[in-house]
Amino acid sequence: MSNSQLTPGVVPGRLPAEAIAANFADVAPPLDAHEAHVAADRCYFCHDAPCITACPTAIDIPLFIRQIATGTPGAAAKTIWDQNILGGMCARVCPTETLCEEACVREAAEGRPVEIGRLQRFATDAAMAAGGHPYARAAPTGRRVAVVGAGPAGLACAHRLAMHGHEVTVYDARPKPGGLNEYGIAAYKTTGGFAQAEVEWLLAIGGITVETGRAVGADVTLDDLRARFDAVFLGIGLGGVNALGAQGEGLASDAVDFIARLRQADDLAALPVGRDVVVVGGGMTAVDTAVQSRLLGAENVTIVYRRGRERMGASGHEQDHAAAAGVKIVTNAMPAAVHGEGAVREVEFAYAEDGPGGLRPTGETFRLKADQVFKAIGQRLAGVPAGLAVEGGRIRVEGPGRTSLPGVWAGGDCTGGGEDLTVTAVAQGRDAAEDIHARLAAR
Amino acid sequence: MASLAADFVGIKSPNPFWLASAPPTDKEYNVVRAFRAGWGGVVWKTLGAEGPPIVNVNGPRYGVVWGPDRRVLGLNNIELITDRPLEVNLREIKQVKRDWPDRAMVVSLMVPCDEESWKAILARVEDTGADGVELNFGCPHGMSERGMGSAVGQVPEYIEMVTRWCKMHSRMPVIVKLTPNITDIRWAARAARRGGADAVSLINTINSITAVDLDRFAPEPMIDGKGTHGGYCGPAVKPIALNMVAEIARDAETRGLPVSGIGGVTTWRDAAEFMALGAGNVQVCTAAMTYGFRIVQEMISGLSQYLDARGMGLSDLVGRAVPNVTDWQYLNLSYITKARIDQDLCISCGRCYAACEDTSHQAIWMKPGRIFEVNDAECVACNLCVDVCPVADCITMERLAPGTVDPRTGRVVPEDYANWTTHPNNPMARAAE
Ligand SMILES: Cc1cc2nc3c(=O)[nH]c(=O)nc-3n(C[C@H](O)[C@H](O)[C@H](O)COP(=O)(O)OP(=O)(O)OC[C@H]3O[C@@H](n4cnc5c(N)ncnc54)[C@H](O)[C@@H]3O)c2cc1C
Ligand SMILES: Cc1cc2nc3c(=O)[nH]c(=O)nc-3n(C[C@H](O)[C@H](O)[C@H](O)COP(=O)(O)O)c2cc1C
Ligand code: SF4
Ligand code: SF4
Ligand code: SF4
Repeated sequence: MSNSQLTPGVVPGRLPAEAIAANFADVAPPLDAHEAHVAADRCYFCHDAPCITACPTAIDIPLFIRQIATGTPGAAAKTIWDQNILGGMCARVCPTETLCEEACVREAAEGRPVEIGRLQRFATDAAMAAGGHPYARAAPTGRRVAVVGAGPAGLACAHRLAMHGHEVTVYDARPKPGGLNEYGIAAYKTTGGFAQAEVEWLLAIGGITVETGRAVGADVTLDDLRARFDAVFLGIGLGGVNALGAQGEGLASDAVDFIARLRQADDLAALPVGRDVVVVGGGMTAVDTAVQSRLLGAENVTIVYRRGRERMGASGHEQDHAAAAGVKIVTNAMPAAVHGEGAVREVEFAYAEDGPGGLRPTGETFRLKADQVFKAIGQRLAGVPAGLAVEGGRIRVEGPGRTSLPGVWAGGDCTGGGEDLTVTAVAQGRDAAEDIHARLAAR
Repeated sequence: MASLAADFVGIKSPNPFWLASAPPTDKEYNVVRAFRAGWGGVVWKTLGAEGPPIVNVNGPRYGVVWGPDRRVLGLNNIELITDRPLEVNLREIKQVKRDWPDRAMVVSLMVPCDEESWKAILARVEDTGADGVELNFGCPHGMSERGMGSAVGQVPEYIEMVTRWCKMHSRMPVIVKLTPNITDIRWAARAARRGGADAVSLINTINSITAVDLDRFAPEPMIDGKGTHGGYCGPAVKPIALNMVAEIARDAETRGLPVSGIGGVTTWRDAAEFMALGAGNVQVCTAAMTYGFRIVQEMISGLSQYLDARGMGLSDLVGRAVPNVTDWQYLNLSYITKARIDQDLCISCGRCYAACEDTSHQAIWMKPGRIFEVNDAECVACNLCVDVCPVADCITMERLAPGTVDPRTGRVVPEDYANWTTHPNNPMARAAE
């Protein structure tokens, strides 16, 4: 018996397998060589370019674009990786519309920026396809550094440390390295197993040992690491999920878990999804959950956000993406209760006004029919090793990721400062590595 | 709509747009298509003397310089004159002229440098009813090594001699096509005039190598691993051609000699520019080879609109810019300008800053918040910033009013015109009278 979009409940195979495969194809297909050439020619090679300032990793964008324009994508990729070793992933997942492309002078001039992200992908794809690894390690220093978390922050840190000749061991609690690149990013942004391919390519520098399935705190302690290594970097991301604080919360599922399952599914047609899906939240996770639910075949998908549209974490571009996928966005409504026995039946929301004194219910409520409800209201820090100072829900750091404990650095989502983005995590991991290197060299 | 009908040395055509002697005019089939599309006339692909037909290479015969979106900016060719039998060409010319009597039919010629050869071919061309001949003294490759084409065009005495023979042995108007592969075009034009030419046409193609294959280390176009210089044409050569046309238009010995302008004409605007510098009509090759014959429709509509908007006739346009072409020494040194940046249009790319700071006069400030402003005390008014600014009209050159002080020199801007010939720094200055 086959399911359809109209089948009640949470079931797999709402769409034919081919339709699902097509839905999850590369959302922004790569530029071909000619397109890249034309796109690259649009760059003005600005002086002290604003796009560089807007890139958290400060890639020399005009230079790499000029290298594409002159037919040397390999050199372009090197320019990118010098600043951002996960330039391939960032080219796919960066919200460029709020970063480099927003700052591009052609955005100001004509509302059509240089396609920096797609050009970055063109260069890194071409160079990765050519094979090999572009960096060599410095002479071994004999120093050993432990990196906790194989997400973007940890990987960027590990690579830079290895480059400087240190011996690095990366611990990650999950079975695969990559962090949210592997378990979180929307599937259609990073198709074809790119996340693992990039990790493999990165590790090809040598000097990095990855130990997966090893959780610090459970399998090994921070004190232990501090004793055995010359320095420790923590890039543990945000492992916890915020609570809805609504009645019947137990019936709601965690959006990040859903995406992780989706990303790891061998067969998307076997992944169950509701007919009426409600996603609570307003960020990238909410949009990705909603859109991917639609792509799996959910009939009605609604994002409900408690404040106004302009306050949503998801950019205008992402909101448009959701709308184009047929997702409805309701704003200024807070979840009041999840109703149902054993399974969700409907969700009750209270309209809220966003005033100077915070959110205030207007007294008006409404109910949305639902057989699946996702919480996408933010992740929070979990499992912080004892002894580390925490501030504002994040590990407190000073300068390039120095924590309150000597010899321990941290970066990425688990720390504050900058947005919770892949590219920010890379920048922080890289900078911490430089600081660790300087500290070790001075010893 | 302004009439575009043109009379060039007695040859009438419904518009001044002719196809230059080249592949587009090599046979009846093409020429008829061109006339159907609206071209005013053609110069038939160059004919050679009686005998075994010319042999062309069988590999690529074009090299190209592209802009980023593969826009053809320059084209180079190593083609020779027509490789079809003389009788076939003559028969077709006669037929086309009979079928299209209102269109200009000029026949391009290149035969060995002796009087008999020229006399013989002229008689046969006259027999077709063609309106005139063009002497191809320009082709820079292949034929020149056989003592023809630019081998003649580079020696003023030969130009004069052959032109004289042609005038002697034919009643048809004689247009002499000049090669740009010389140091001073005026020598060639003067020689043509002395020989009795009715007009000159220019430019033919420029000696060139378009590119070098960096894997095979050979020039383009490449044939079996080797290449040779070819003739360059298309949009890239227009500035060179415009200057040569202007030189002839204002030279004391050639002034008034009718000119057919050739070289990079692609749009009505290019044509108008050639005509303003003295060309009585224009000839087109590369643009037609790139886009096909239909482009003439844009040239016709564009030029008519331009003339209508100004209430000008075609003849009012011809030569109108010539009086304003002068020598450097006569340019007004009292005309002092400064660059001005329109802050509303500026997109803060900083290109003007990089250009002026790195390569010019350090006259642009980059202020906090990416504000770019001109420092009048340093600006020499070179206008490089204007040229590199990606926004049209964002930077303009504004004249300093006479009587004000130029902050760069500290001197008062003079009221009166003054040039180098009377400048105190000129050792050869004549005292101002
Ligand atoms: C659904 C979703 C979609 C997103 N989409 C985008 C996007 O499109 N573009 C974008 O720029 N950003 C996006 N982000 C944000 C981005 O993924 C993160 O900012 C980024 O991955 C942070 O990198 P990180 O290295 O700090 O942490 P993570 O990527 O979270 O990696 C942390 C790693 O540490 C491991 N770990 C945690 N605790 C321990 C422990 N105790 N011991 C051992 N290992 C541990 C985890 O298993 C994990 O592998 C998205 C996030 C989510 C949740
Ligand atoms: C392929 C090719 C062949 C040419 N053959 C001739 C020729 O046989 N006789 C001639 O006088 N000029 C010849 N020319 C030169 C053109 O007539 C013209 O002078 C030159 O291309 C410049 O004009 P354009 O920039 O419009 O192309 C040839 C040009 C090209 C591209
Ligand atoms: S701002 Fe835009 S145009 Fe300027 S260098 Fe960056 S990408 Fe190029
Ligand atoms: S005109 Fe020349 S000197 Fe003046 S600001 Fe522009 S680039 Fe500099
Ligand atoms: S080049 Fe033009 S747009 Fe760019 S900063 Fe200068 S004035 Fe502004």
